[in-house]
Amino acid sequence: MARINLEHIRHAYGAKPKSENDYALKEVHHEWNDGGAYALLGPSGCGKTTLLNIISGLINPSEGRILFDGKDVTHLSTQERNIAQVFQFPVIYDTMTVYDNLAFPLRNRHVPEAEVDRRVKETIEMIGLGGWAKKTARGLTADQKQKISLGRGLVRNDVSAILFDEPLTVIDPEMKWVLRSQIKRLHKQFGFTMVYVTHDQTEALTFADKVVVMYDGQIVQIGTPAELFERPRHTFVGYFIGSPGMNVLPVNLDGNTATVGGEHVALNFLPKVKAGAKTELGIRPEFVSIGREGMPVAITKVEDIGRHKIVRARFADQPISIIVDEDGEIPADPRVRFDPKAINIYADSWRVGEEA
Amino acid sequence: MEKTWNNKAWFMVLPVLVLVAFSAVIPLMTVVNYSVQDTFGNNEFFWAGTDWYVQVLTSDRFWDALTRNLIFSAIILAIEIPLGIIIALNMPKKGLGVPVCLVLMALPLLIPWNVVGTIWQVFGRVDIGLLGRTLEGMGINYNYVQNPVAAWVTLIVMDVWHWTSLVVLLCYAGLVSIPDAYYQAAKIDGASRWSVFRYIQLPKMKRVLLIAFLLRFMDSFMIYTEPFVVTGGGPGNSTTFLSIDLVKTAIGQFDLGPAAALSIIYFLIILLLSWIFYTVMTTSDAQG
Repeated sequence: MARINLEHIRHAYGAKPKSENDYALKEVHHEWNDGGAYALLGPSGCGKTTLLNIISGLINPSEGRILFDGKDVTHLSTQERNIAQVFQFPVIYDTMTVYDNLAFPLRNRHVPEAEVDRRVKETIEMIGLGGWAKKTARGLTADQKQKISLGRGLVRNDVSAILFDEPLTVIDPEMKWVLRSQIKRLHKQFGFTMVYVTHDQTEALTFADKVVVMYDGQIVQIGTPAELFERPRHTFVGYFIGSPGMNVLPVNLDGNTATVGGEHVALNFLPKVKAGAKTELGIRPEFVSIGREGMPVAITKVEDIGRHKIVRARFADQPISIIVDEDGEIPADPRVRFDPKAINIYADSWRVGEEA
Repeated sequence: MEKTWNNKAWFMVLPVLVLVAFSAVIPLMTVVNYSVQDTFGNNEFFWAGTDWYVQVLTSDRFWDALTRNLIFSAIILAIEIPLGIIIALNMPKKGLGVPVCLVLMALPLLIPWNVVGTIWQVFGRVDIGLLGRTLEGMGINYNYVQNPVAAWVTLIVMDVWHWTSLVVLLCYAGLVSIPDAYYQAAKIDGASRWSVFRYIQLPKMKRVLLIAFLLRFMDSFMIYTEPFVVTGGGPGNSTTFLSIDLVKTAIGQFDLGPAAALSIIYFLIILLLSWIFYTVMTTSDAQG
């Protein structure tokens, strides 16, 4: 187990990066707590796998340092860093039995056979493959194979961290839930430092204590699921997290009043915005209420998804989504109100605070 | 599920049956026909039963040629398969080196058999050949026309030069199909270079290796053109393989009966050995 520090890490796949855009990973400077469960969340190509591979040592960063428990490991190999990693597609040694698969990393490290046996048996029970020890790994289902990949990490009980690279991609939906809870339980029980890469927000939010949202090669926000939901630091976080994502409306600011089209929205704070910045108002569909009072909207579509209804509408000529209770009433002449506590103001896509 | 019988279905397979009949069954049956009869010319045939088979199977000439064939195939496989794997493992996986290596590897495969034979025939000649003269100059007694060992070495080196590429290309195809994650996982598991080969690369190459093994076995067991061009089966009978023996019997001596019997036996041996290899290798695959 280890605390991981990333110090001013940047990475470019090309040999000589000229501009900022040549970097697959723009500057990352962050500390990962010992025993924490982190999720790296972001769309494909945002640099999350690059960051993961830099932590595991499969890639050497172009710039910056990595520290494990304060010790510089930037130039150490994966083995020397003592990292375990689970990949997107299950990697198993086909010709070996389940038992030998789990014993493999230990035998490679010349652990005495009695100790190997004890730990492998323990791990097999942990990952719920008790009856399968003597089976050849080839014939197993995808989720069992992925459990073996995980088991090969767990069996080395002294690992610095376990990294997951979209481990549930090839797993059936109902098994995803089972595996995820199992990983979560193992984290609680043994306190491994875990970093979990995914583009699935549900996976990220249910797995992690802290979610790291990445976009275009940089970390845009690190926070608890609640923080990401209530106070997205960047409009991207707003879009990406939540279903449907946050409504982002271009506004003109005048003191504590925001104007969209012809409509005025009163703010309960005075936003601190530099002149000339592109200003936007963000509000989650959950905090827009529909009724007979407020500002007029034109409804285009109502999607009933069972638990609640999603109303797609146009507000001041901007598309907007509203969540309405399953039995909520939608009047003939609908009007909307924004919950002032849930309004965020963005300048050039970044959230702005209150004027001091 | 209940099966429905419909005799019209036979019409559907008829074209294939006709093709196979003309390309394989009829020629083979003609040979079978010759192998059980005797002739003294004038297109008159007499029933000979299994006489020719007995004659072939009890002749030293047959067993000697068969032994040479088996030894030749064994040596070829023992060199080409490991060598092919080693070269494939060391070939570049990306970049400009890939097309260069692939083209270089494919070159020997593009040369016709008899040309390969001629190249080596000339290359190895003691009077004008580059190899022959060089070895002679170094004081090594090398003369494939007179020395059986030199003849064998020449044939083996030639076959290795000609066909190792096939093994290389097949293995390489198997190797590049392995996702990077396997190598990364092996690194993380602390696997040695040998373990990576033994537990990742070899299992992934197993299928293509089986194909390479069978192809090289069948081809080397049926080898005819190159030894015919280089040594003509000599010196003495030292490089007379079954195929060369067969041609000598059929065309040189015009003994159609024994030649036909030898053909059938030859065919059955290849079929049997290929089947054994295939079965052994695929069952070990299923258990492994």
